[in-house]
Amino acid sequence: MILESEIWLALVVLLPLAGAILTFMAPRYAPQIGTVSGVIVFGAVVALTLAVVESDATRLTVGGWGAPLGIDLVADGLSTLMLLMTAVVGLAITAYAVGYFGESSAHKRAYFWPLWLFLWASMNALFLSGDVFNLYVTLELLSLAAVALTALVGQPAAVQAAMRYMLVGLAGSLMYLMGVAFLYAEIGVLDIMALASVSEATPPVFVSAALITAGLMMKTALFPLHFWLPPAHANAAAPVSALLSALVVKGSFYILLRLWLTVFAPLGDTFAPYVLSALGIGAIIWGSIQALRQPSIKLLVAYSTVAQLGYLFLLIPLLMDDGADRQAVLSGIVYFMIAHAMAKSAAFLSAGNILHALGNDRITSIIGMSRKMPLTITAFALAGISLVALPPSAGFIAKWLLLNEAIDGGQWLLVVVIIAGGLLAAGYVMRVVGPAFRQVADDQLAVANPVVPASMAWSALGLAILAIVLGFTGVYLLDVLDIGVVILTGGEA
Amino acid sequence: MIDLDTGTFYMLVGTVLFGIGFYGLIAYPHLLRKILAMNIMGIGVFMIFIAAAYGSGEGDPDPVPHALVITGIVVAVCATGLALSLAVQVQALTGSPKLDADKE
Amino acid sequence: MTWESFLPVAIVLSSMIPGLIIFWIPEKQSQWRTGVNLLGAVVKLVFIAIVMAGVWRGDTEYEARLSLLPDLDLVLRADGLGLLFVVLSGTLWLVTTIYAIGYLEHSHSRSRFFAFFSLCVSATMGIALAGNLFTFLIFYELLTICTYPLVIHNGTDEAMGGGRTYLAYTLTGGVALLVGVVWLSVIAGPVEFTDGGALGHVEGHVTALTVIFALFMIGTGVKAAIFPMHGWLPRAMVAPAPVSALLHAVAVVKAGAFGVSRIVIDVYGVDLAQSLNLLLPLLIAACTTVIVGSVLAVFQDDLKRRLAYSTVSQVSYVVMGVAIFGPIGAAGGLLHLVHQGVMKITLFFGAGAFAETLGVKKVSQMNGIGSRMPWTMAAFTVGALGMIGVPPVAGFISKWYLGTGAIAADVDWVVLVLLGSSLLNAIYFLPILYRAWFLPQIDEWPHEEPGPANWMLVAPPVVTAVAALLLGVFASADFSLLSWVELIIEREYMP
Repeated sequence: MILESEIWLALVVLLPLAGAILTFMAPRYAPQIGTVSGVIVFGAVVALTLAVVESDATRLTVGGWGAPLGIDLVADGLSTLMLLMTAVVGLAITAYAVGYFGESSAHKRAYFWPLWLFLWASMNALFLSGDVFNLYVTLELLSLAAVALTALVGQPAAVQAAMRYMLVGLAGSLMYLMGVAFLYAEIGVLDIMALASVSEATPPVFVSAALITAGLMMKTALFPLHFWLPPAHANAAAPVSALLSALVVKGSFYILLRLWLTVFAPLGDTFAPYVLSALGIGAIIWGSIQALRQPSIKLLVAYSTVAQLGYLFLLIPLLMDDGADRQAVLSGIVYFMIAHAMAKSAAFLSAGNILHALGNDRITSIIGMSRKMPLTITAFALAGISLVALPPSAGFIAKWLLLNEAIDGGQWLLVVVIIAGGLLAAGYVMRVVGPAFRQVADDQLAVANPVVPASMAWSALGLAILAIVLGFTGVYLLDVLDIGVVILTGGEA
Repeated sequence: MIDLDTGTFYMLVGTVLFGIGFYGLIAYPHLLRKILAMNIMGIGVFMIFIAAAYGSGEGDPDPVPHALVITGIVVAVCATGLALSLAVQVQALTGSPKLDADKE
Repeated sequence: MTWESFLPVAIVLSSMIPGLIIFWIPEKQSQWRTGVNLLGAVVKLVFIAIVMAGVWRGDTEYEARLSLLPDLDLVLRADGLGLLFVVLSGTLWLVTTIYAIGYLEHSHSRSRFFAFFSLCVSATMGIALAGNLFTFLIFYELLTICTYPLVIHNGTDEAMGGGRTYLAYTLTGGVALLVGVVWLSVIAGPVEFTDGGALGHVEGHVTALTVIFALFMIGTGVKAAIFPMHGWLPRAMVAPAPVSALLHAVAVVKAGAFGVSRIVIDVYGVDLAQSLNLLLPLLIAACTTVIVGSVLAVFQDDLKRRLAYSTVSQVSYVVMGVAIFGPIGAAGGLLHLVHQGVMKITLFFGAGAFAETLGVKKVSQMNGIGSRMPWTMAAFTVGALGMIGVPPVAGFISKWYLGTGAIAADVDWVVLVLLGSSLLNAIYFLPILYRAWFLPQIDEWPHEEPGPANWMLVAPPVVTAVAALLLGVFASADFSLLSWVELIIEREYMP
């Protein structure tokens, strides 16, 4: 059994990569190959998950080289959940893209599929990387694929947004790499666990933590470094927006989380976690207020991402506090990532449906559309319920966990922010759902008979339903998260 | 004259290069300058790695950072290529080698 | 899953599944829609009857449990108090569905309407059967979500505005409840509803428990429309009449009042609540609401708005009963939970029928309506007299218990509040009855529908009016509502 689970580690990276190459070589059959690849990759991730649940965290030394020059792939509970999250959203986006790019130019179709599968491969590799340098490489590959996908639509706004995304992303990864260089100069190893076992709260480690964290903050679009996100996420093609918002930003946050739980654990009692938390508060307030002011749905959803990302940083001080139940805090943060991935991809895909059917995504255009495109509006509304964190939904469970730890830790300011963020979210979600329920005569509708291909309507709705259903699966997901995830305390290092 | 050993000297130079590159990235609106600035940042990082390989200067240099730098250069070349092609697209679509928000 | 654990789930699902099916029924297939709807309603009543028999005998535990997080279960459990609410909502749902089918005959989006209507009832069943605070919270918020599309059903600017107000109030209340529930579970662990109170093991935390109680009362008080959190209720009157019936009698307001009872009786327990000095402020809030609501009702010419303010006032009788320290007052409150529901739904059915058949929406247009729509107006009259507290209609019984309960608990001034409010009830209801029966018609009716009134609009108010009479007349019979409430009080107050 051990051998088998190791194989899956390699396969979840190699299979999407193979799919990317095949779709690139045979653009004519790209949708078919892409769909089959999507299903196969999903299956492989499920197999890996079962293997990890069965036989604990696993490690694969690729090619038998070993550290420091070889590449090690490691799957524990945290990386497994991330892979699973990516696979579920990925499968839905694959289904969506078949419809979405079905009518578009052959050019877009030819580039979307290889880039998307390539992005999937780098994402999976990122979650499985066991050393800080491979994390850099995968992070960079992820960015390059994401930038190229953003530019895919080809309109000036999209290309400019992609350019800005590229510059910020590159600056972010170079800062990260600079931090890695300092870390290597100080400690002399790259493997995360080897680093963690000797890392101490010394000035070089602190400088490296600052560089790495700042770089990853840029890539995760944490307020006030979020400026690049709304134009990039709003101008990209709908399936691309969905995967950028739901998945790509989670990649860099995952690295941040992983490193602070291990290598930077000795810095847990410095002021740094409080800075992150304060920026999280800023993100929630600023992002929500901006979302309340946007004229178009995709921009609104993009600013919602800025706000929601703030929640991930909010409880970092408690995550680093030996006095708190750190596993529980981690559970809350990870559940939030998963809930947000489902709800946000559903919201972006619904917004894409609206754009597709009405020709634009202005909020004024969807007046009265609940009758005409019920599946899409339902998808958006269900996603909204999870974003607002109303029960029963994954977002509710996540917020319950966060709120529980915040109250338990006596962090009343954070309690207020979590609550206020929810109400603001209700405000911006209702800006879309409300007008859709308005009753107007057919001749006053923006489009009398909007058409949305079934695969697009259903994949959005499927993700939205998942955002609700995952409100009932907390026990299982958190059991997976318990598998082999290392949380170091400052004293233990 | 402060007594600097070779490793520390390279580290300082690397840091300065990184800083210059970062400044250039933020300060200049022209995309080509930004991309060049980015490469200077990258070179700064690579110098730190080289300095780390040199260590205290005693014994053989550590080979690992060389492997990292080579990988890093490959990645940087790819990224530069994509960035340049995007910059060309921006110029072609908007008629300007600068991003909208950075124009006067 | 055993039969005993299946039943509470089945009571919730018997409206949820029809609701989810109805979404997919094409607009024109009204027979299918009606069939699914009524089938669900009848099946639900059968399940309820079976569970009631078991709880009455006291020999069966009906409980279903699903773990959502470690230490956090979704629990549905049938007990006396919960079933009181279940029976009320389940029965009135059937009646209201028939009424709504008649009322919305020519409306748009009927599948959407009836689907959400069924989901609302499911949420209400969940609230009633919730076995712990967490479950209560989940269904409470679900109710908020499912009611919104009903409030804005007409889709006009006014309806959208009413819906926005509704959401703003209820979501804010929900947030208060959420913080309270999380906080209490941090202090006390998972809180299961327990006869006589669930916080016996908590020592100290006096300030925290007081603040949490306040959060709970805000959270449930918004839906129960306790002054000054009642503002949404009159604005939500833009919704179609069956929705008003749902808001005022079947689900929403009732869910709030029921929540207050649950929290006082089964979470804190009256003794703890009394020793923390929580009951007196609650009693004062309830009495203020009773008077303020009645005073405001006097000045409304719009019939539905007058009824809405009347609800604000009447629902606080329930809160008042629970806040009076002692079993007799509590019995009065719980009785009124049902009585108010039955009487108020009669009044709204009547108001809806007047508006739909004759276009009459204002009190000043009601002169002579008694001879034009005698059955409906007769039912309306029974409801109005019950609200005032005229025997033998049900309202008298609850007011009687509240009064004697207040004297027994040494809060005599509450009797003055009761008398004052009954006087105000008379001031805003009797002129309507006088106009309808004794004054001649002034003008043409604003929008008279040709032909006789739809029986689906006439029968429901008559049925509920008869029920209100029977509840009063046969209060002391075996197996009456009163004996059921006494059973609850016996188990809750003397465990």
